[in-house]
Amino acid sequence: MVWDWSYALSILPILAQASIVTIQATLLGFVLAATLGLLLAILRTSPLPIIAVPTGLVVEFIRSTPLLIQIFFLYFVFPEFGVTLDAFVAGVIALGVHYATYCSEVYRAGLEGVPRGQWEASTALNLSPFHTFRDVIIPQAIPPVIPALGNYFVALFKETPLLSAIAVMELMQRAKILGSQTFRYIEPITIAGAFFLVMSLIAAALIRYVERRIALRGIRP
Amino acid sequence: MTAPDSNGTPMVRFENVTKSYGSFVVLDGLDLEFGAGEKVAIIGPSGSGKTTVLRMLMTLERINDGIIWLDGEPLTHMERDGQLVPANAAHLRRQRGKIGMVFQHFNLFPHMNAVQNCMEAPVTVLRMPKAEARARACELLEMVGLGDKFNHYPGQLSGGQQQRVAIARALAMRPKVMLFDEVTSALDPELIGEVLNVIRKLGSELDLTMLMVTHQMGFAKEFADRVCFFHSGKICEQGPPEQIFGAPENERTKQFLSAVLEAT
Amino acid sequence: MAQRLLLVSTIMAFLAGLAIASFAGFREFLPGLLQGALITVEITVAGAVLALVCAVIAALAKLYGPAPVRWLAITYIELFRGTSALVQLFWMFFVLPHFGVRLEPLLVAILALGLNIGAYGAEVVRGAIIAVPRGQWEATIALNMSRAAALRRVILPQAFVAMIPPWGNLLIELLKSTSLVSLITIADLTFRAQQMNQTTFRTVEIFIIVLLLYLAISMIITVGMRALEAKAAGAVARGRAH
Repeated sequence: MVWDWSYALSILPILAQASIVTIQATLLGFVLAATLGLLLAILRTSPLPIIAVPTGLVVEFIRSTPLLIQIFFLYFVFPEFGVTLDAFVAGVIALGVHYATYCSEVYRAGLEGVPRGQWEASTALNLSPFHTFRDVIIPQAIPPVIPALGNYFVALFKETPLLSAIAVMELMQRAKILGSQTFRYIEPITIAGAFFLVMSLIAAALIRYVERRIALRGIRP
Repeated sequence: MTAPDSNGTPMVRFENVTKSYGSFVVLDGLDLEFGAGEKVAIIGPSGSGKTTVLRMLMTLERINDGIIWLDGEPLTHMERDGQLVPANAAHLRRQRGKIGMVFQHFNLFPHMNAVQNCMEAPVTVLRMPKAEARARACELLEMVGLGDKFNHYPGQLSGGQQQRVAIARALAMRPKVMLFDEVTSALDPELIGEVLNVIRKLGSELDLTMLMVTHQMGFAKEFADRVCFFHSGKICEQGPPEQIFGAPENERTKQFLSAVLEAT
Repeated sequence: MAQRLLLVSTIMAFLAGLAIASFAGFREFLPGLLQGALITVEITVAGAVLALVCAVIAALAKLYGPAPVRWLAITYIELFRGTSALVQLFWMFFVLPHFGVRLEPLLVAILALGLNIGAYGAEVVRGAIIAVPRGQWEATIALNMSRAAALRRVILPQAFVAMIPPWGNLLIELLKSTSLVSLITIADLTFRAQQMNQTTFRTVEIFIIVLLLYLAISMIITVGMRALEAKAAGAVARGRAH
């Protein structure tokens, strides 16, 4: 059994449609990961142990357990509390929360990279903690970590096939269904794999480009 | 202006050697000879190519043009069908055995103690039995005054002690030529003396050709048979230390020496 | 200090979770889940061995191999890092049989996950080798050591220490990715949980126990790797020049 071009071409539109779901899940998931991640990082760097320690605990717990289990958990557990989540929504939340813990470590490195003198100068100028964060610390902490965030964006994208486990009609689920209908798995699964490979290689090249630009410009935007 | 002759062929001969990084020429058509048993100090401002001379001789860097001869045989090249072609790895390994080098930053192996550092190459390269290698290592460590530090790791030794281990490690391979590349530059001032004393001892007790790049003008004056002053990839002036330090002829040599002496 | 605090509190949280879970269906579900956990551990260990072998070979090939070998290594690394473990797992499970290669699901699982983590590991190994100071290489040349001897005796022992923390992270990624094998019919911990969930519908209890079991295994990995690091760092730090 070898590669059948006419079959491959015939399933291409169906897979293209499914890839839109993959891209939607990636973008929504990453928006959640990037914002929640920043929040977790700020909480975790808090000087109060009562805030920092439990946050660290939650982050370590989520990072140490499989995303697939977390997806199942959200999808099956919420209905028990009367909240029925659409599979897509549950999947995106799980992806976002899981990668938020990774992003929080990246932000943390960025926050800790801002020299202490910046905090001291802000205190000397009598800026509130909120304004110090918003106007002084975060603008310096984020640009250096953009490439690292980009890597997690790609990682999240590559993990979206996990949503197939709760029957979200993304690219991999669609490819599997096509395979089981026609008993030809070679073309759909290889096309899906090639899609992920090409997209992440392009994204990796883009990240390297951004990394060089940031390195050239220095830390300040 | 020639090397003091010791029966015919020089130990090391640079023949029209050129080295450049991209468009930046480090050494420009260098011709230079070192006789067997000769002790030569190489001085000059930074960027003058003096360290490059040692690094090329150790084959840490390839030359772009010319030939380096070692003990009457080509080092950077080898003979094939009566012609000299660039040396392959096997030829380099055969020839390198005659040279030892001591580095500015010691480059000791941090996961091995002093004796292990000195045994490593004799055992893996020369296939020497371990007991014999250990005996030689201990003997050399005694010679550099570290008889009580056999089992110390580099991190447990001072800079001066580390550099003395590095000298013993190089000697363990029984080289004919020893290269010293600014071996006291990374040391605290009070530790320089102990390393220079060891080098003095080698000079008087062993029959070695010793080439040293150094900023220690006093030591160069007292120790060397000949001093070479490098500037912009060329030898500006060379001769016995009394002449170079006492009555330099070249304007650049004068400028450099007065600047260095002013600083000390 | 903060890390130790974190570790202690993680252990406390684990014990608290254990207490809660033991009230709720702990006795009922644990034996079945532990059987699954055994499969999970088996795949993790076998995958880790394969990953380590692939990583070292690919890293050395990419650094020192002749051009064709180097390109092969780069292709392997980019191919397996460019797609996710699940895609690789599905491809080997569904597509390989069409080429006449029929493998046991367990073998597919170990191969796919080991090769996947090995590709990331190759970059870890390569990075650690590159990070060994240049002077160490120069010293081996000055001592006339062959490149093989230099790597084996001088460079790799020093690179090894730098590799341990990133390998700890990779092993935890490997453990997490073993949950994917449940999707190709292997009865691992995740598979058992799904199965029990479908028959009993006691989702919260089952999944809390499962999460705690995964946490326990990953804590064992973390603690083990820290001990290894402390031991290895002790051997080299003694020697690191000031």
